[in-house]
Amino acid sequence: MTAERKIVEISEAMEEIPGGNRGLLYEENLLWEKERSDEPGVDLPEPEGIKLRTGQPARGDIGLPQVSEPQVMRHFVRLSTWNYSIDHGFFPLGSCTMKHNPRLNEKIARFPGFAHVHPLQPESTAQGALRVMFELQEILGELTGLPGVCLAPAAGAHGELAGIMTIRRAHDAKGQSHRNIMLVPDSAHGTNPATAAMCGYELKVIPTKETGRMTVAAFKEALGDGKNVAGMMVTNPNTCGLFESDILEISKLLHEAGGYFYGDGANFNALVGKARPGALGVDVMHINLHKTFSTPHGGGGPGSGPICVTKDLAPYLPVPVVEKRGETFRLAYEDERKETMGRLKGFTGQFGMHVRALSYILSHGADGLKQVAEDAVLSANYILSQLKGDYHAPFGGPCMHECLLTDKFQKDSGVTTIDIAKTLCENGIHPMTVYFPLVVAGAMLIEPTETESKDSIDRFITVMKKIAADVKAGDTDKFHNFPENTPRQRLDEVTAAREPKLRWRA
Amino acid sequence: MRYLPQTKNSRAAMLQAIGAKSVDELYRDIPKSAFIDGLADIPLHMGELEVERRLGAYANENHAAPDGPFFLGAGCYYHHIPATVDHIIQRSEFLTAYTPYQPEIAQGTLNAIFEFQTFIALLTGQEIANASLYDGATATAEAALMAMRLTKRNRIVIGNALHFDYRGVLQSYAGNLEGASVVDGGPDADTACVILQYPDFYGAAFALDAWRKKCDAAGALLVVVVNEIVALGLLPAPDCADIVCGEARSIGLPMSFGGPHLGFFATKEKFVRQMPGRLCGMTKDAQGRRSFVLTLSTREQHIRREKATSNICTNQGLCALAFTVHIALLGENGFRRLAVLNHEAACRLADAVTKIKSVKLLTQNFFNEFAVELPCGNSANIVEMLAQRGIIAGYALDGGQLLLAATEMTTDGDIAALYSALKEVLA
Repeated sequence: MTAERKIVEISEAMEEIPGGNRGLLYEENLLWEKERSDEPGVDLPEPEGIKLRTGQPARGDIGLPQVSEPQVMRHFVRLSTWNYSIDHGFFPLGSCTMKHNPRLNEKIARFPGFAHVHPLQPESTAQGALRVMFELQEILGELTGLPGVCLAPAAGAHGELAGIMTIRRAHDAKGQSHRNIMLVPDSAHGTNPATAAMCGYELKVIPTKETGRMTVAAFKEALGDGKNVAGMMVTNPNTCGLFESDILEISKLLHEAGGYFYGDGANFNALVGKARPGALGVDVMHINLHKTFSTPHGGGGPGSGPICVTKDLAPYLPVPVVEKRGETFRLAYEDERKETMGRLKGFTGQFGMHVRALSYILSHGADGLKQVAEDAVLSANYILSQLKGDYHAPFGGPCMHECLLTDKFQKDSGVTTIDIAKTLCENGIHPMTVYFPLVVAGAMLIEPTETESKDSIDRFITVMKKIAADVKAGDTDKFHNFPENTPRQRLDEVTAAREPKLRWRA
Repeated sequence: MRYLPQTKNSRAAMLQAIGAKSVDELYRDIPKSAFIDGLADIPLHMGELEVERRLGAYANENHAAPDGPFFLGAGCYYHHIPATVDHIIQRSEFLTAYTPYQPEIAQGTLNAIFEFQTFIALLTGQEIANASLYDGATATAEAALMAMRLTKRNRIVIGNALHFDYRGVLQSYAGNLEGASVVDGGPDADTACVILQYPDFYGAAFALDAWRKKCDAAGALLVVVVNEIVALGLLPAPDCADIVCGEARSIGLPMSFGGPHLGFFATKEKFVRQMPGRLCGMTKDAQGRRSFVLTLSTREQHIRREKATSNICTNQGLCALAFTVHIALLGENGFRRLAVLNHEAACRLADAVTKIKSVKLLTQNFFNEFAVELPCGNSANIVEMLAQRGIIAGYALDGGQLLLAATEMTTDGDIAALYSALKEVLA
């Protein structure tokens, strides 16, 4: 056998070996497919073997795998290498605010005096934890201009639910229970209409397609006589990356009609430390601590979605809320906050995220946060200025902390937004948010955040320009196969949905 | 500022490229009245050391569980976390990734979710599980809403002692829907589901079959809520339920003063399209290699908007990963042994405290938590007095009752310390 032939055979065999690899990219089988070890990966003492006092028969075989600690470590480390993350590179997902996650926050959240504190232990033994929550409440109140703050909601969508339920509770308390309509612009995140529906509201859509903004006329039309309007949910800056410039007049009309203004805080990074939503007529707003205040996204949670409200709405906030009496901090519940809309989450909320957010806020301070907003807005406008000739910019500028482009100039060549996104993957850049907002076709929503250097942004611009140039030159075939050098190529999502396999089976 | 890479030069260059004189020019659409005059009224920036000192001082004001004997549970249990878990969840690739919307570059997260879903399905004896929900309380509320959608009925029945926060959240969620009600008791012809906490809030273990029969007779669904998932290593699987949901924080995550915790949600395959939350499924990529992807998203808010099964966006991703790593380390033998160790610790604790003649055991059949009656009118005072002695003595129930929990963390020394201190304060 020739040496050459032998190499071919070895490489063919490699492809068939489960767990085989290409260079440093390891394939990895599932935990259930590994050789079963004799002992668990955790050494535990031998039980005494006493007679059970559960009153029930002991459980039979569960079907868990059994692997040693080194195998578990290697399994998850290998899996991790298949992920892209902010610590790898640019991650310009619009309206997601993928900024640097400081490790100081992680370190502090792991102090035993934060990590190993029980939510129901006597308050006299948890004053430091309550102090963290109280300080964060005060700071969020100051930054939003909305002084009533509850940290309980677990995520942005949960904050929306808390906010809309607070509005509902306020209407009930004021004899306005008949108000059953929620106004939502068509550029809203899907969570807005879903939240309104969960709260039993009927939805009325405000069209924004023409200019990317709500106009006073369109708002008036949706408002009608306003008698049954409970409120309006608006993200500002909106998901087209634009500030709703008529917002003062719109909020005035809404308030005159007896409705409340819910501000979706997803895009607060454009304003933090610079302008206050409370001064724009917002009555309730949720804050995404995992966006604006740098708590890690963790591959999809945990988030944290505190809500901030006007003094008028504060009595209706969910419980618990941290209060300060003299020098003592305490959690106030229904028995003291009789007008509350109730509980929305077990215990205190995502406290570990409260610690991280406070650590981030103290690190930046008032001066740093203002710079955060300015750098975020500057970077997005820079991208818009550099790419608006190569890609269609439907609404022009200036934008706020994210900019919206579309595939209008490319799509006739057969290269569409999805291909552009996958080509970015091939180039080691996470795609922008695609096909959202829904108000334009083939949307690409780009949010650079303040934690990217100009070099990093320039590299993105270069790649985007190269894509546009290749499309223009007719060099389009390659785009439909990208990404090729990623851990996986394009997936068969249709079969995944048609024949769902949602768990491992032997 | 250490988190900001822009320089004076780069800012100037970008402004020039944009053709703007100042950043404020970019903010011109915002009404002047909304701008903060100068700086917000919060402290100025601090160095890493200063922040660490300040928040370190706050942390030191708290009594941490390792500081002394600890017997508090009530839906949140103190367990050991292997060092491997925290190492894995702090890897950048997991910690700083987004929801896996681009599956080609997110297989690590997706593969781990798929394993998480499998673990939860196996533990609960259900066919399928989702990628996790916020916590046990919200998972319970989501289960009730799903039961209402499936049965087109409006009454939610709480069958036994349910955790107060779970009850509260259930009432808040149900309160949004016209005609919905939350009541205690048994199922009738209007009942969407019966909710049973397993073991119940007082730690009592019990058999589910009688409830299954009652639900079948009334055409109601059976929802089993587990807030100490370690119990599923010793108690019979709640496989007769239609939905099993609850709290899985005990495996892999610290108590963290109430969050982030880890809601789980498992059910039958036939109900999948009414299920809330993210789901990860197996498929193939263009080269035919096994791959994972978020699927059945037509149930979700970003597609269905106001017709979605829930407004929930993401899961508790990193918490689900911590769970998955910890339970992978435990494996079949380790998990079952952990459950037995918890039970035995609770048995020793129960024997010790009931040696004090005036203390009566109220929960006869239990897993790792039980209620006792103290010979005093106010157990909250007793808990406070013991806290002053460095012992976190459990959850004060109404009157003279106390809820005590033990886990693998509980040592014989801890139990002896509680015994003597309790005897002393009761004397």
